Amino acid sequence: MITVENLTKRYGPHPAVDDVSFHCEPGTVTGFLGPNGAGKSTTMRMICGLTAPTTGRATVAGHPYRELPNPGREVGVLLDASAQHAGRTGREALTLSAYTMGLDKREVAAKLDLVGLNAVAAKRRVRAYSLGMRQRLGLAHALLGDPRVLILDEPANGLDPEGIFWMRGLLRDFADRGGTVLLSSHLLREVEAVADRLVVIGGGRIVAQGDKNELLAGGGTVVRARDVAALRRALDAADLSAADSSEGLLVQADAEAVGQAAADAGVALAELRPAGGGGLEQLFLTLTAGESTKEAVR
Amino acid sequence: MTITTAPAAGAVAPRQHTPVRRPSLLRLTAVELRKLVDTRAGRWLLITIGLVTAAIVTLQLIYARDADQTFLNFFVPSLLPVSVLLPVLGILSITSEWSQRTALTTYALVPRRERVVAAKLIAVSLTALASVLTSLAVAAVGTSVASASGGAGTWQLDGSLIVNAAILQVTSVLMGAAFGLLLLNPPLAIVGYLLLPTIWGVLGEMVRPLRGPAGWLDTSRTMEPLFSSDALTGEQWGRIVVSLLAWMVLPLAAGLFRTLRREVS
Repeated sequence: MITVENLTKRYGPHPAVDDVSFHCEPGTVTGFLGPNGAGKSTTMRMICGLTAPTTGRATVAGHPYRELPNPGREVGVLLDASAQHAGRTGREALTLSAYTMGLDKREVAAKLDLVGLNAVAAKRRVRAYSLGMRQRLGLAHALLGDPRVLILDEPANGLDPEGIFWMRGLLRDFADRGGTVLLSSHLLREVEAVADRLVVIGGGRIVAQGDKNELLAGGGTVVRARDVAALRRALDAADLSAADSSEGLLVQADAEAVGQAAADAGVALAELRPAGGGGLEQLFLTLTAGESTKEAVR
Repeated sequence: MTITTAPAAGAVAPRQHTPVRRPSLLRLTAVELRKLVDTRAGRWLLITIGLVTAAIVTLQLIYARDADQTFLNFFVPSLLPVSVLLPVLGILSITSEWSQRTALTTYALVPRRERVVAAKLIAVSLTALASVLTSLAVAAVGTSVASASGGAGTWQLDGSLIVNAAILQVTSVLMGAAFGLLLLNPPLAIVGYLLLPTIWGVLGEMVRPLRGPAGWLDTSRTMEPLFSSDALTGEQWGRIVVSLLAWMVLPLAAGLFRTLRREVS
């Protein structure tokens, strides 16, 4: 169980994370979504006691992370798969951590096996690993102490489709057996397939959170017209915010309001329907519209 | 016929386990010792330290006068190059966590960072003590060879010299570690460690008003008496303590402060 209360982190005047609160229950996978630079990693580092929050607090299994006596046995953490000593072998990296946590050496072999790193791969130095192999090693590392909570930052990065499918199953299984998973990603499809709950962050603030199905139900309306500029003006006039999507404009309003706005402005529509097919991607685009561009020019 | 069943793929259950205890300092020290040798770079640094010791004894066997081929004369000269290399070990032990970004793993597993730092300091100090034993062993081999090949082969050595040597090597490695802790960047710490005392030494020689303070602050001068087996005077100890306060204790304290607060990413 993870509880985050009003976490804020400022670097100078700029808040990287701004008053973020959410919690993750046992038995669930929480998808932590946001564009790059939205504050996902900073939030996760604050949960794990690696970055001191400016204000607010976070607890894991009821305690601040830094007060956990042997955190590796309670929380499996994978924040950056590349953060391994390039000169150590995969097996050695795990052995050091297993010894730190006071685990049996057999756990190392068991977890390497679990993530599909064979004996040859385990003996190679991490320098020679592909990103996908590093992710697998990082996942083995997170699972090493048989924790009840997993905190994973972009674990699907660099995995091939088969690897992503495998990891999805692993996390689902972990949660179904009572584990708590917090999983960040900007790969929306990945999270949509495995998460029960979603926390969406943009520009350091939480822009949406809740049950995945409920959030997806309110996905807005897709509207398309031959004269896109006129449609935009019409929507602006009706005070409706619109975001670009692959299928047309995505509007955070129901179809009736959008149709009325178009009719008032005399714009002929080519398509008008509730969003839903695209699911999370649409939600994500709407909620973070403007945030990512703001981030890019910051 | 035996049928082997494939293990259930991907089954990971969050297990309930007995209350977990925090890792002991002994365990953390063992981990840090292992980190010193489990990479090629670390292993070679240690091997180099051993080889340098052996090379110095060998050179003396070849070039030193027979009468000078004593245990004492084999032992003392091997201390200096080792005392230059040990700080590099101290620096790398601390800074590689940041340069290789393993700090993310290390401090996630042991969030009480001061315990990791303590374990590292103990680990490198033990290595420094081991280097003294290596110097003694290599000197002993040299002495045996010398007595067989017509050298003096005298075994006399004061216990106080061994204590002095241990102090010299342990403080050397800790000074390096302190610089590493303060600067948290391998090249910067190595250059800083090698350069600053040298600059200070040169200035102490050149600038007359600095000559007095240099006698108290230049470690290459204050530590010199440790190379002899004469008992040190109170003032000599005083100079050692003062110079170590400046070059070891101060950067250690400031470095610890910095390491505890630094954001790990």
